[in-house]
Amino acid sequence: MNILGKLSWSAIPFDQPIIMAATAFMALGIGSILAWITVKGYWPYLWREWLTSVDHKRIGVMYMVLALLMLLRGFADAIMMRAQTAVAAGGEQGYLPPEHFNQIFSAHGTIMIFFVAMPLVIGLMNFAVPLQLGIRDVAFPTLNSVSLWLTASGILLTNVSLVVGEFAKTGWVAYPPLSELEFSPGVGVDYYLWSLQISGIGTLLTGINFVTTILKMRAPGMGYMRMPVFCWTALAANLMIVAAFPVLTATFAMLLLDRYLGFHFFTVDAGGNPMMYVNLFWVWGHPEVYILVLPAFGVFSEVTATFSGKPLFGYRSMVAATMAICVISFLVWLHHFFTMGASAGVNAFFGVMSMIIAVPTGVKIFNWLFTMYGGRVRFEVPILWTIGFMVTFVLGGLTGVLLAVPPVDFQVHNSQFLVAHFHHVIIPGVVFGAFAGYYYWFPKAFGFRLDERWGKASFWCWFIGFHLAFMPLYAVGLMGMTRRMQHYDNPEWQPWLLVAAGGAVVILAGIACQIVQLVVSVRARRQLRDVTGDPWNGRTLEWSTPSPPPAWNFAVLPHVTGIDAYWHTKQRRRASQPPQPQPREYEPIDLPKNSPTGFITAFFAVVTGFALIWHIWWIAGLGVLGAFVTLLVFAFRRDEEFEVPATEIARFNRTHMAGVAP
Amino acid sequence: MTVVVAIPGVHSAAPASEAGPAPKRIVVAYGFWIFLLSDIVMFAVLFASYAVLVQATAGGPKGMQLFNQRTVAIETACLLFSSYTCGLMLLAVNSRRRAGMYLAALLTFALGGAFLALELREFADMIARGAGPQRSAFLSAFFTLVGCHGLHVTAGLIWLTVMMAQVAIKGFQPRVERRLLCFSLFWHALDIIWVWLFTFVYLMGVRA
Repeated sequence: MNILGKLSWSAIPFDQPIIMAATAFMALGIGSILAWITVKGYWPYLWREWLTSVDHKRIGVMYMVLALLMLLRGFADAIMMRAQTAVAAGGEQGYLPPEHFNQIFSAHGTIMIFFVAMPLVIGLMNFAVPLQLGIRDVAFPTLNSVSLWLTASGILLTNVSLVVGEFAKTGWVAYPPLSELEFSPGVGVDYYLWSLQISGIGTLLTGINFVTTILKMRAPGMGYMRMPVFCWTALAANLMIVAAFPVLTATFAMLLLDRYLGFHFFTVDAGGNPMMYVNLFWVWGHPEVYILVLPAFGVFSEVTATFSGKPLFGYRSMVAATMAICVISFLVWLHHFFTMGASAGVNAFFGVMSMIIAVPTGVKIFNWLFTMYGGRVRFEVPILWTIGFMVTFVLGGLTGVLLAVPPVDFQVHNSQFLVAHFHHVIIPGVVFGAFAGYYYWFPKAFGFRLDERWGKASFWCWFIGFHLAFMPLYAVGLMGMTRRMQHYDNPEWQPWLLVAAGGAVVILAGIACQIVQLVVSVRARRQLRDVTGDPWNGRTLEWSTPSPPPAWNFAVLPHVTGIDAYWHTKQRRRASQPPQPQPREYEPIDLPKNSPTGFITAFFAVVTGFALIWHIWWIAGLGVLGAFVTLLVFAFRRDEEFEVPATEIARFNRTHMAGVAP
Repeated sequence: MTVVVAIPGVHSAAPASEAGPAPKRIVVAYGFWIFLLSDIVMFAVLFASYAVLVQATAGGPKGMQLFNQRTVAIETACLLFSSYTCGLMLLAVNSRRRAGMYLAALLTFALGGAFLALELREFADMIARGAGPQRSAFLSAFFTLVGCHGLHVTAGLIWLTVMMAQVAIKGFQPRVERRLLCFSLFWHALDIIWVWLFTFVYLMGVRA
């Protein structure tokens, strides 16, 4: 018996030049960053202030960094696929062999959903929700750090699969029986399953943390109907995480038992039922779509109200629509596989539910339009992403209503039409929303704005590139092209796919603009500095504190008297009413201590996951033991909080509150 | 719109939702409730899978031929009684009676351990008769559902041990008390799941 399980040197694909080049590129990138940190001596700072931080703002920033890095990886996969389908027509086979192409589309989907979209929305929620609620941190700060690092563990394992072994070739949904051991004997599916199990636990913990935070920790006076809409959408998203992610965990656990211990949940023999996996996967999968898009809707709501200088139109209907989506999203899962062969009655029910869920979404669109109507709209970058979203998303949503009609779905099921549809809702819905939020809250996080010119350039590249890349897919889908094709024989499809590849290049230009924007802004940070803490004339509480906010967020917890709390404070001041009394004397504040628990737990999670993937049982056992000991050390530590003395708070406020409204 | 100037410290007329951040004890217990809900969702998936696969015996044994009513009745009694002793433990914690708490914890541990031992014997017996989880989809679902509950009980026993060590070392700190409260919530939730298991798997399983 091999002491290293299935692991050997043959796991590394030395004979594949594309993979080895990508690996070398990544190793060089990571190596040079690590070397730079070492040379500059930044490790102690990084460890103390970031890696072990339990501050929700820093955790939010780290989520965003992870997500944006993985966006590059996921986009690299995307542009490789578009390049392949642009050339692999007729007799041409293109440059990617089928084995590799299958791994690329599986990795692209997995990474974009789990490791780009999820960290983007969770990062924004981490950063903004406690500030908007007027509180000092989330309910469980150390748990929050554990969530972050478990997500990072899943990301690391997925990327290791590029070098050591292989990734799943099953698509990002890993349907059995294809994903069973009999048909996928390699480690690819195991990488997929363990990465997602580990990061899924992190996401579940985030859900529990934020539901508790939003329901139990709002500032005095902030009743439910006074919460900013972003907090409402975060509440809905996290409720759905709590209700949906355990389904995914259980489903993957069953597939793992099939693969590791010879169980028969989803096998084709001994009574297994593969369609049960498909059902369970989408019981999680459809709510997941709304987990991603609702917080983005929240960002759009904040941005629309702020940049129109008006309160959000129909606040109550917005809340009702959000919570309606939260419930109905659990009743539409079967529309992902009308072709399963369920009865006409079942298909009709899910078709009708899928159309009904479009109604609250429509309500939201009208609310945003009426918010802008009659307002003085300032066309800054966040509102550009928002308007771009609205015009694009309405069309993408309409093709979704088409797909919700079962007879139509039978024609276009699993075609490029479907690929076009879900990119048409997820890219404007989630990615544009996250970019709007990124630009909107960046000055709050770092104290200076992002460069506007490069921001606008990036928006236009993304907007145009998106349409070039995905509209042609509707056409080839209707012409009969199925998804996940490594090459095709019909030459009529090629012009469309060439245009789509061109679109991907335009999106690449958009990404390049964003990178340049970041570099330019950091270099010009003195000119872009914001000393007011309120660069956009904002309405909600996060703008009432300095940028970047101190660790304690608010020296004194705000007292809230209505929605748009900060806006009304500013109005009162303008009407020269006396501002709320600010105490000269500050109270000392207890803050949670930084803790390496999250980082160390994640280390053991990676070790355990890797060992399980390669069947190295003794290391897996050690990894679990290590994680347990870490937990014990955390449970037995002596003091969990430290006190910020009142003098330090007073000193901070003297130096930082000069430009900030009282 | 009327602007109400809030006077700090005066909340008598304000609804509960405007009272500001809840105390730590409430927040922790609430968060743990949410966790338990998510755990119950996970069990719901395993129950649903069991319901789908219960007839898929692939020519192998059915529940009727495998389940021993008497063992299961004793298991159930152990687990339900351990919840009672767990409740006594929390009462002892609230009145700061250390000896009473240790005794109740010991009883809880012993009853939970007895439950586990009986369950493992049942599993070993079934596997020895060629009715292991690899035999059929029905048995895969059975072992996963019941085994997942058993894993939770095991985790509960480890947790209980750690908590006793915490009380011994740290005494009744608020932090330790909150954890004991969460433990008792967890232990009772396992009972609720077992009542469902008992009904749907064992009682309905022996029906012809």
